[in-house]
Amino acid sequence: MSMLHTVNKSPFENSSISSCLAMCTNDSSVLFIEDGVISVMKSTKFSDLIMDSLSKYKIYALKPDLEARGLSLDNVIDGVEIVGYDEFVDLTTEHDSVQSWL
Amino acid sequence: MGEEAIIKKFMYVNRKSPYGTIYALESLEVVLISAAFDQDVSLTFTDDGVYQLMKNQKTEGIGMKNFSSTYSALGDYEIKKIYIDKESLEERGLSISDLQELVWEDEDEDYAEKSSINLVSRDELSEIMNQQDIVMSF
Amino acid sequence: MKLGILINEGPYQHQASDTALQFVKSAIKKGHEIYRVFFYNDGVNNATRFATPPQDDRNITKEWSALAIEHNIDMVVCVAAAQRRGILDKGEAERNGKDSDNIEEGFRISGLGQLVEAGIQADRLITFGD
Repeated sequence: MSMLHTVNKSPFENSSISSCLAMCTNDSSVLFIEDGVISVMKSTKFSDLIMDSLSKYKIYALKPDLEARGLSLDNVIDGVEIVGYDEFVDLTTEHDSVQSWL
Repeated sequence: MGEEAIIKKFMYVNRKSPYGTIYALESLEVVLISAAFDQDVSLTFTDDGVYQLMKNQKTEGIGMKNFSSTYSALGDYEIKKIYIDKESLEERGLSISDLQELVWEDEDEDYAEKSSINLVSRDELSEIMNQQDIVMSF
Repeated sequence: MKLGILINEGPYQHQASDTALQFVKSAIKKGHEIYRVFFYNDGVNNATRFATPPQDDRNITKEWSALAIEHNIDMVVCVAAAQRRGILDKGEAERNGKDSDNIEEGFRISGLGQLVEAGIQADRLITFGD
């Protein structure tokens, strides 16, 4: 079964991102929302982790949350797909279940 | 179809230590209610959630109710799939012997007490989690 | 699809309720049915009509209320969590000898079974929290 994982925490704040990635399988997708969008920026100490994960899972980040925080879309790691709330809804229905890493 | 009872796999994921926030207690309240719905229920304790099952919790000093004994009633509610993330224990310098024993009684075997606890690796947990219909994380 | 929504954080303190609101608006626009929005943990605080945010800020409770009334969404506040935090409908206020209720129109108070039922009946259950 395919699972959508949402992460809403900054990787600098807690370990949700590593807990989430440990549970992902080939047909999982990860969507970063709220403070979680900090995870997908270039040149942070977590960038390598995201880039490694991109070869295994689809990774998305919520555009309104990036914009709200003044994070430039140009500085998002290549390969991360930037989506809006409509696509968030689509991702929810396209996967068999959703796990929120709170 | 239509009249058939729906049975889904529900997993409650506990990732937070008790008392610092209310999540552990209110998660347990959902779990106990869910037992009445005849669904396929399991509980996972991972990350700081493993601290919820620590033996010897004493809360007199903080003035809060100690709810740790409620976990031992899960078996009576037919909730007997408890998964504990082995790596979360190890990362915290804990072993399974630091945690409560949780059991259920098997009616088919003269009410023999059986352990509800499954110590699992992250790979095993990933496999189990990915089979769930509903995952609720607290 | 039928979607169930679980909101576990109160308004303003955390973005969870705002994100859920945007999500639900998008889902409705895309033709999905919201089976139920369930408020739990501090999420029950989204239901108080006594909140009076500054005029230039959003009023999250009013937004949920308006959305629920317009689209006939079932919005349920967990009774046990609500009692702990002082969220009361008329019946609960009378039963507990309080001088007022404070629940906003469009919300109703009921048991946790409504959350489990949403998990069973909806095609997906999505949690918004801290």
